[in-house]
Amino acid sequence: MNHLPLIIKREYLNKVRNKSFIVMTFLSPMIMIALVAVVAYLSQINNDKKRTISILDETGVVGEVFENTENTTYTLISDTGFETAKELVKAKKDFGLLYVKKSSDTLNLVESVNFYSDESPSVSIISNLERKIEKRLSDIKLQNDGVDIAQIRASKTTVNIAQETFGGEKTSKIDSYLKLAFGGAAGYLLFMFIIIYGNMIMRSVIEEKTSRIIEVIISSVKPIQLMLGKIIGTSLAGITQFLIWLILGSVLLFLVSAIFGIDLMQIQSPQQDMINQAMASSEAQNIAQDLITGFVNLPILNLCVAFLFFFIGGYLLYSSFYAAIGAAVDNETDTQQFMMPIIMPLVLAVYVGVFTVIEDPHGTVSTIFSFIPLTSPVVMLMRIPFGVPIWQQLLSFAILVCTFIFTVWFAAKIYRVGILMYGKKPTYKELFKWLKY
Amino acid sequence: MNNLLVANSVSKSFGDFKALNEVSISVPKGSIFGLLGPNGAGKTTLIRIINQITMPDSGEVLLDGLPLMPMNIRDIGYLPEERGLYKSMKVGEQVLYLAQLKGLSKQEARERLKYWFEKLEIGDWWNKKIQELSKGQAQKIQFIVTVIHRPKLLIFDEPFSGFDPINASLIKDEILQLRDEGATVIFSTHRMESVEELCDHIALIHKSNKVLDGKLTDVKRQFKTNTFEVGMQSDNPEEVTRIIKEKFEVFPATFKNLNDDIKLNIKLPEDTSSNDLLSFLTSKAEIHHFVEVIPSANDIFIQTVKNN
Repeated sequence: MNHLPLIIKREYLNKVRNKSFIVMTFLSPMIMIALVAVVAYLSQINNDKKRTISILDETGVVGEVFENTENTTYTLISDTGFETAKELVKAKKDFGLLYVKKSSDTLNLVESVNFYSDESPSVSIISNLERKIEKRLSDIKLQNDGVDIAQIRASKTTVNIAQETFGGEKTSKIDSYLKLAFGGAAGYLLFMFIIIYGNMIMRSVIEEKTSRIIEVIISSVKPIQLMLGKIIGTSLAGITQFLIWLILGSVLLFLVSAIFGIDLMQIQSPQQDMINQAMASSEAQNIAQDLITGFVNLPILNLCVAFLFFFIGGYLLYSSFYAAIGAAVDNETDTQQFMMPIIMPLVLAVYVGVFTVIEDPHGTVSTIFSFIPLTSPVVMLMRIPFGVPIWQQLLSFAILVCTFIFTVWFAAKIYRVGILMYGKKPTYKELFKWLKY
Repeated sequence: MNNLLVANSVSKSFGDFKALNEVSISVPKGSIFGLLGPNGAGKTTLIRIINQITMPDSGEVLLDGLPLMPMNIRDIGYLPEERGLYKSMKVGEQVLYLAQLKGLSKQEARERLKYWFEKLEIGDWWNKKIQELSKGQAQKIQFIVTVIHRPKLLIFDEPFSGFDPINASLIKDEILQLRDEGATVIFSTHRMESVEELCDHIALIHKSNKVLDGKLTDVKRQFKTNTFEVGMQSDNPEEVTRIIKEKFEVFPATFKNLNDDIKLNIKLPEDTSSNDLLSFLTSKAEIHHFVEVIPSANDIFIQTVKNN
């Protein structure tokens, strides 16, 4: 008799109806959004703070380079001594006073520039002031040496290397960032999914053991059916949670940004920053175009299909381990020693993915790791956006499937024996013996 | 004889440990079969093999004359010693789920569950979670789970543990009624008084081997020692006792009675009948109490286990 659908349904409903699951599902995106909103709001307050900086320039050289910006107003003070200026600034409640002392060598102001304020200023304010003074002084020096500043300005050039594969596909830096973002997100998502829902499976196996219902259940169904039902049911619950997060997250993000009028581009991830920098160094219009073509150039279909298959394959591979561990122990504290061998290859996969795939997506290390079944789902998902030959993907997936079949068989053996074993914590040696029961 | 379940030379090892050694039992249709044995003797392993939870290394188990098949799970109801239900699942849902796993349709399961809820007077528990019930209440649910699919063969492992006397007797009556309705019951317990009360066949497993089996009355006949418990009154009890001791093997006896001077267990040789003893005694003293000593299941259990 095939009870698999029944078991899947129960496991799914049991997870989804669980109070902590519901709370987690609806609360965590709120918390995330709230966090983002708070951070954004705070940084905005910080940026919005208007400052007035007074400048007392006794040299008469640097004063005029300070132009007012949105947040900072510069006021030049003249015809007063230093002490009076200080009193004046204090009375006006300005942020601070920049004092450039008269010096014998006007062009060497190393020790004659001071900044006075109530609160100590941030590094960025000071370095901003320094930069301005330095630039002004070097300009003057250059002029004194008879160099035409305008000419120097004109000589500045920017280069943007256009990349193209031999196959004729145009690529660009942005393209690479985009690929990296997609691959990284896919790999990381799988990693998180395995850890979160693998643990959930393990706990539910332990729960069946400790509540002793297991013997009643397996007098009705085969242990492997129960195990697979558990894995699939829990995964479906996980996918449900992810979908809800995705929908809820985007709706909330949209709402928050609409209400608070926060420019979301300002608070993006590091990758986004890189793109932003790239944007700054090139013409914005070109960038936008590059982004679009880059997106179109991504092997979207390949990416989606591969994501689906490697995600499922990798997830099933690891979750069968989790189920076996749950069956082998009596309570969660005993799981530690068995968790290490599972977490290690996962973490390794993410590190390999992050460090070698970025450096060289088709290098030896990343290629090898995209074939080893324990790391291949994560590493391959990270590589695929950079274009992996189909035969490699198929081979890697075939290896994954073979391993998966083996591990499920292996896990089912341990599961079958383990769920009926109570009392002491088994050793690896004993687990090995169980395979022969 | 018409046997529902037959196990032929079933053996099972776990690594180096032999849990069952060539064990054969026959469970007659419509009987209550006591599966006895000390802790760790192999009873649970045998029960798990019957339930197809574990596979035997050798030997076979026949149900209704046919080897056990996966489809037979719906013919068997099993109440394990280590009970358990999903703690956070609601009673109604849980029983429906477990009944469906046994092959009932949802509709069927729902109707039967209502019947049992009324019968055991637990109508308003449908939406309660197991963790909200007392241990005894949960046991009742577990009992329903075991019998709801009307199996031919019911296996109860210590069914009365955790029940108060009222509920224990309620469950006992239910078991007897199920038997009367045609079910066969395998009953594993350490409580010999319930074996005495319920079982008509027994098998005793000790250290992985079956050491004893048969009809309870046959086993008792096999174990009886031709001993009689006698209570008498006499003017000269010492003298009478001395004369009896000369002729027969005698042990002291303790039983409650109104001022009997002489209380003895008298073991007769093979060729002597109870009438011979009676006529011998009537000439010596006034007999108030005369009964054959029948070994209790408890005695048989202890004696068999000690001798092996």
